[in-house]
Amino acid sequence: MMDLDERNVSGCGLSSMMNKKRVKVDGQAITKSMRNLRERGNGLGAGFAAYGIYPDRKDYFALHLMYDSKDAKKNTEDYINDYFHISSKEPIPTRKTESIIDPPVFWRYFVLPQEKFLPTDGDSEEDFVIKKVMHINTGIEGAFVVSSGKDMGVFKGIGYPEDISEFFKIEEYKAHTWIGHSRFPTNTPGWWGGAHPFTILDWAVVHNGEISSYGINKRYLKMHGYNCTMQTDSEVVAYLFDLLIRRHRIPLEYVSDVLASPFWKNIDLEEEDQRQIRTALRMVYGSALVNGPFAVIIGHNGGLMGLSDRVKLRPMVAARDGDWLYISSEEAGIREISPSVQNVWHPRAGELVVGELEEN
Amino acid sequence: MNGTVLQPEFLVRIDEDRCDQCKRCLEYCGFGTFSFANDKILPNHSKCVACHRCVTFCPELAITVVENPLSFRNHANWTPRHIRDVFKQSETGGMLLTGMGNDLPYRILFDHLVLDACQVTNPSIDPLREPMELRTYLGRKPDVLEIKRNEQGTDLLKTNIEKNIKIELPIVFAPMSYGSISFNTMKAICMSAAKLNTLMYTGEGGLPRDLYPYGDHIILQCASGRFGVSPEYLNVGIGTQIKIGQGAKPGIGGHLPGEKIPENISQTRMIPVGTDALSPAPQHDIYSIEDLRMLIYALKEATGYKPVCVKIAAVHNVAAIASGIVRAGADLVYLDGFRGGTGAAPNIVRDHVGIPIEVAIAVVDERLREEGIRNKASIVAAGSIRCAADVCKAIALGADACAIGTAALIALGCHVCQKCYTGNCSWGIATQKPELVGRLDPEWGAERICNLLEAWATEIKEVLGALGINAVESLRGNKERLRGIGLDRTILEVLGVKPAGIGMGDYYENRG
Ligand code: SF4
Ligand code: SF4
Repeated sequence: MMDLDERNVSGCGLSSMMNKKRVKVDGQAITKSMRNLRERGNGLGAGFAAYGIYPDRKDYFALHLMYDSKDAKKNTEDYINDYFHISSKEPIPTRKTESIIDPPVFWRYFVLPQEKFLPTDGDSEEDFVIKKVMHINTGIEGAFVVSSGKDMGVFKGIGYPEDISEFFKIEEYKAHTWIGHSRFPTNTPGWWGGAHPFTILDWAVVHNGEISSYGINKRYLKMHGYNCTMQTDSEVVAYLFDLLIRRHRIPLEYVSDVLASPFWKNIDLEEEDQRQIRTALRMVYGSALVNGPFAVIIGHNGGLMGLSDRVKLRPMVAARDGDWLYISSEEAGIREISPSVQNVWHPRAGELVVGELEEN
Repeated sequence: MNGTVLQPEFLVRIDEDRCDQCKRCLEYCGFGTFSFANDKILPNHSKCVACHRCVTFCPELAITVVENPLSFRNHANWTPRHIRDVFKQSETGGMLLTGMGNDLPYRILFDHLVLDACQVTNPSIDPLREPMELRTYLGRKPDVLEIKRNEQGTDLLKTNIEKNIKIELPIVFAPMSYGSISFNTMKAICMSAAKLNTLMYTGEGGLPRDLYPYGDHIILQCASGRFGVSPEYLNVGIGTQIKIGQGAKPGIGGHLPGEKIPENISQTRMIPVGTDALSPAPQHDIYSIEDLRMLIYALKEATGYKPVCVKIAAVHNVAAIASGIVRAGADLVYLDGFRGGTGAAPNIVRDHVGIPIEVAIAVVDERLREEGIRNKASIVAAGSIRCAADVCKAIALGADACAIGTAALIALGCHVCQKCYTGNCSWGIATQKPELVGRLDPEWGAERICNLLEAWATEIKEVLGALGINAVESLRGNKERLRGIGLDRTILEVLGVKPAGIGMGDYYENRG
């Protein structure tokens, strides 16, 4: 069959916050920030990523699952049982709200891969989890893995951010890193999995923009074992981060040389060593260049990052206030949480904003 | 009965009121069409091949060449082409020969593919104001890069990257062998490759010594006849190419008639003057993929590990063959589609063997990706790249660069008369007759070729801008930005392209 995988394009509002000392706050602040960005969404998708929320179970992969049916749940649980030890499982708490109609069912599982499967052909635990997540997303009808990282979770669906926040009781979680997203899709997906953040392992990505290079990014990722299944261009960013940083161990400071590479005319002017590195990065990872207008915020267990495209066609603002780093699609999103913040800046095109958590 | 029943294909009309009898046409026609008698220019119509040299240079615009309006009785099966070919063969008893590329009306897939453009949700980029990058590196790339910080705190690239060839636009010059084309043609192409910072391939006829200074822009071919191949020759350039096949004549060798082998060609090819240069159909030391591997590594050894390119004709099994070639160690795979040009080929092979380049690019790119080895070799696509749009579409289908042969010759004046194999090219291109070769000034020719490719480069940048991307690597293999029109489902699936009308999210409802 012809590959008719599709993607939705959208404009979006983004906001995020991270405390490098791992001081945790509940989900009210990020909800407030997202509510302030209402104009950038149209109620067709919103979501949150939260890091540090499962301190008691932080050694387990937290699988957040979304089910459309009882069958989907049964089939998925059978599958998970076959490959993982389930340490605990529970429904993800939700509350009935006026604005959310007919939501799917959410469960979470704290799991570890069964030893007998590891290591298979040099796979790490993480690679194993990725394969299984992709299998569930493509192979089990009506089931969808919303997130799969350790000590983190994603909560997302159809609605405005404040509706989703209310529905998932976001105010009850305490996290040192929060990411929020509000979506303005140009078509009507009507599917909760289509909201941001997009995740793999502990990578969670929210995105404003359109990835014009999506077609080749997706094919490049496929060659490296990542199947794009979510009908959105945004998911490629999560996989690219995983590939570059976790699997290929490209130092953080060079990730933007791949994803939003500098122009050749600037590379050519660099000193020998740097020129060699940057030239090689473009030669080898040309298919991973994310081209087109975008601003993305990426969370992971090590911290928070922000990146915009190589000519900065979508807005991104960052600010530091003591131990806090904020990245948002606009200053208003930051001021809503931190009204008197001084150190506000507009990252340059292709500049990776990096917030690193201090070791525990 | 003697003589021929064939009627001329073209009629040459001289407007006697305009003609001032300067007799230039007598000289200009490489095919001896004109004579002068009784105060008149007398054309021998059956000699005219419609190369238009006389038409172009007649100072009085007195010459018109028209197709002979001879009407065969209408017959959808027995076309004039078939009838004429039977006449020819019943007169000569020989195989029909021709030059240039396949001229049958096969469906041209490029003309049924359209490109995308940005509207509203993503802005297009203005190439007049923003950089648009076409730089391309051809060759093998590692799977992973390793960057390490040393004790002084300096980051260093640890991965050793094999030699790549840097070109500033994704268009190179296809191999056309010295002997089939003239020295001046070859020089014009060398000069263009140098000026444009791209590369040219020698054909199987070697490289004249006078062109060695252009070596930094030349890949040297090693073909089945081994004409002109010496250690020195192999090391003149930036890489080598093993020619297995050619799109215009897959499965058969080359034939340069003795008439096209004067002193200079004989020197370069290292064969006696006037002998036919016959290159065997296969390379006689390559009867399997392991043999190919030996030659690839022999060439690498001989050249200090410069990239090796393997050229094949696009045939049914091209994907599997290309995969084998990459696994055998090739750094570039050169795919030549069935509309590719030639100096001489049997009609039957040129017109009926091989597959379109569009298909070959798509299936080879896909296969190399499936096998996880796409980074191990670059794909150069050739076989009738006619315009910048063809280049864009070929790259979107998965090519790293396109090679042009015929288009470059047309820039030099070629009128695609398909008579290259006669050695009489009136434009001084596909000939070795000094009086004809001298007509082509390499400087003039290089300027025209550079103009052409600069124009194409500008057009490609315009397309990138419309697509909202500013580097050619974001177009490469990005089939999402192509749609097919009027193509059936099967061929769309082979190409991996969606039909026009399918947007990016339209199929969503069927899934999830
Ligand atoms: S070149 Fe033109 S003007 Fe001169 S002889 Fe021929 S037809 Fe007449
Ligand atoms: S190169 Fe010369 S002979 Fe060959 S087609 Fe062109 S004009 Fe005719």
